[in-house]
Amino acid sequence: MAYLELEGVAKQFGAQTVVDDFSLSVGKGEFISFLGPSGCGKTTTLQMIAGFLDPTRGAIRLEGKDLTAIHPAKRGLGIVFQSYALFPHMTAAENVAFGLEMRNVPRAERAERVRDALAMVGLAGYEDRHPRRMSGGQQQRVALARALVIKPSVLLLDEPLSNLDAKLREGMQIELRQIQRTIGTTTILVTHDQNEAMSLSDRIVVMSQGKIEQIGTPQETYEKPASAFVSQFLGKTNDFAATIDRAATPARVIAGSWSAPAPVGLSGPVTVSIRPERIGFGDAGLNATIVTRIFQGNHWLFQCDSECGPAIVIRQNDGERQPAEGEAVHLAWRPEDMSVRGGV
Amino acid sequence: MSMAADERNARAPWALTAPALMLFVGVLLIPLAMTVMLSFHDWGQYKGIEPVFILKNWHEIATDPYYAEMFWRTFRIAILTTLLTALLGAPEAYILNRMDGRWKSFFLLVILGPLLISVVARTLGWALLFGGNNGLVNKLLMSAGVIRSPIPFMFTETGMVIALAHVMMPFMVLSVWAALQRLDPQIENAAMSLGAGPVTIIRRIIMPQIMPGVLSGAIIVFSLSASAFATPAIIGGRRLKVAATLAYDEFLNTLNWPLGAAVATLLLVALVLIVVGSNALIERRYAEVFR
Ligand SMILES: Nc1ncnc2c1ncn2[C@@H]1O[C@H](COP(=O)(O)OP(=O)(O)O)[C@@H](O)[C@H]1O
Ligand SMILES: [Mg+2]
Repeated sequence: MAYLELEGVAKQFGAQTVVDDFSLSVGKGEFISFLGPSGCGKTTTLQMIAGFLDPTRGAIRLEGKDLTAIHPAKRGLGIVFQSYALFPHMTAAENVAFGLEMRNVPRAERAERVRDALAMVGLAGYEDRHPRRMSGGQQQRVALARALVIKPSVLLLDEPLSNLDAKLREGMQIELRQIQRTIGTTTILVTHDQNEAMSLSDRIVVMSQGKIEQIGTPQETYEKPASAFVSQFLGKTNDFAATIDRAATPARVIAGSWSAPAPVGLSGPVTVSIRPERIGFGDAGLNATIVTRIFQGNHWLFQCDSECGPAIVIRQNDGERQPAEGEAVHLAWRPEDMSVRGGV
Repeated sequence: MSMAADERNARAPWALTAPALMLFVGVLLIPLAMTVMLSFHDWGQYKGIEPVFILKNWHEIATDPYYAEMFWRTFRIAILTTLLTALLGAPEAYILNRMDGRWKSFFLLVILGPLLISVVARTLGWALLFGGNNGLVNKLLMSAGVIRSPIPFMFTETGMVIALAHVMMPFMVLSVWAALQRLDPQIENAAMSLGAGPVTIIRRIIMPQIMPGVLSGAIIVFSLSASAFATPAIIGGRRLKVAATLAYDEFLNTLNWPLGAAVATLLLVALVLIVVGSNALIERRYAEVFR
């Protein structure tokens, strides 16, 4: 099942541990994202897979074979760098052809594969351009074509879209996903943008300070965050201090004047976290007043002052009457929409 | 905006650059023009300089093979010096660039060293290193069996090339260094991930990108070597003359200023033509790397 496997991988620079106990198994054809804030060790992990850095501990295997024993030039992985790292003295076609040349692919076949690769990324007709005469988006596509043309066993992408402006980035995200689906290459994407990770990947590896916080599908990590860090990092969230009262029967979880049947297991002080779009205005619940109300086209964003501290609520713009600023409201949500963690 | 203000604004750049411009004209252009004029004057052992317009000096330079040989020697030394600095300086810069921070600054100082030492001390140091049969280098090479008799250093072109290459090295290293700074830090990894070995990476990826740096370094080294005075004067003395030392001799020993002026003018014109020409060629050839 596991195609690419990392087992207990760690990297130290001097005394500083940058990546620690990183274990992950990637299935063939899967699209995985490493998601985390800047400096959390995403690039380091990717470079260990690529072979530019040697892990201090742990094993990396590809189809059961020890990858760390293979020289980076022989691993046959496709890599797109954040800066693209195109060869500025070569044309787009020469850039893409380089990897094929190194593999001694005959000239005629080479020309054909280069043409196909450039066409696939939408750059037909740009063969003779030099990278410095291309836009950021076009350079990004050349880099992608150069990595894909060698038919890599794994495609590694290090923040490939972070140098593009927002609109171009969205377009490239869709295209990247389509290309990956079509050719089925196992892909690892490094990003600090949770939207990018969620819209592209089959599974997300959320990282913080060199450690894995959670591995799961985009939906799992968003709706059932395993830690406060994950819930904060994957979009807006409300964390309320609550208590679980086991004396009552059945046991209840209580946050201010809101309460619901408690989940099994925990007791005492807990944190409940609810996504803003899962909170509604009801007849009963957490007492709050609307501080600001912001219209954002397809939805309204409310900033409230509640019994349990500041809260944000997102409501669809469905034509219903929405509370005004200064109005007193009750915040309510379904118990299954919140996640409860021990501690405050 | 009023007309007066407009005029004042138009005049401001001139007013601001005037002091520098006057200095430039006063200390560079005027003496240069006078030197060119001087080269057309007449000179005799007893009559001294006569301010007439004749082509005698230029005719002498054009017809006497002594001058052709001397100019050819000057440029041969400059070319060999340039080749030597490029051959040693480019790898040196590459290695330096890959060093750790602390070693990097230490070795950068070592490379800049020659510029900080007096030309006399530096050249004498080289002379001592070779110094006939007893010099360190000659002894070493002879005992290793590389050479049978000592390499002569004083009064030879070899000596001039070695001593010049030493002092010119910083210009080459810094120029290549600047080109290396423009390289994408991941470029070697990118080539490696595509299957390139270390030799291929240097030859196909690094060399083409630092070539503009090597060439602009070469232009600096070439023009400085061709017009160098102190090093050739110490090593060649009055036996082995290059253009700069010859012009100096005509001015100060023979006192034939017009002939000296003609030699100096010719050297200047030749250098300007070579430098401007090769610079244009390089910029055209490496347009895509420079941009
Ligand atoms: N060569 C290195 N030497 C020392 N520390 C490094 C080195 N490379 C990266 N680091 C450190 O490792 C940490 C993680 O870096 P990186 O993997 O680049 O993070 P990310 O890609 O997630 O932003 C950072 O704190 C960085 O300073
Ligand atoms: Mg990074």
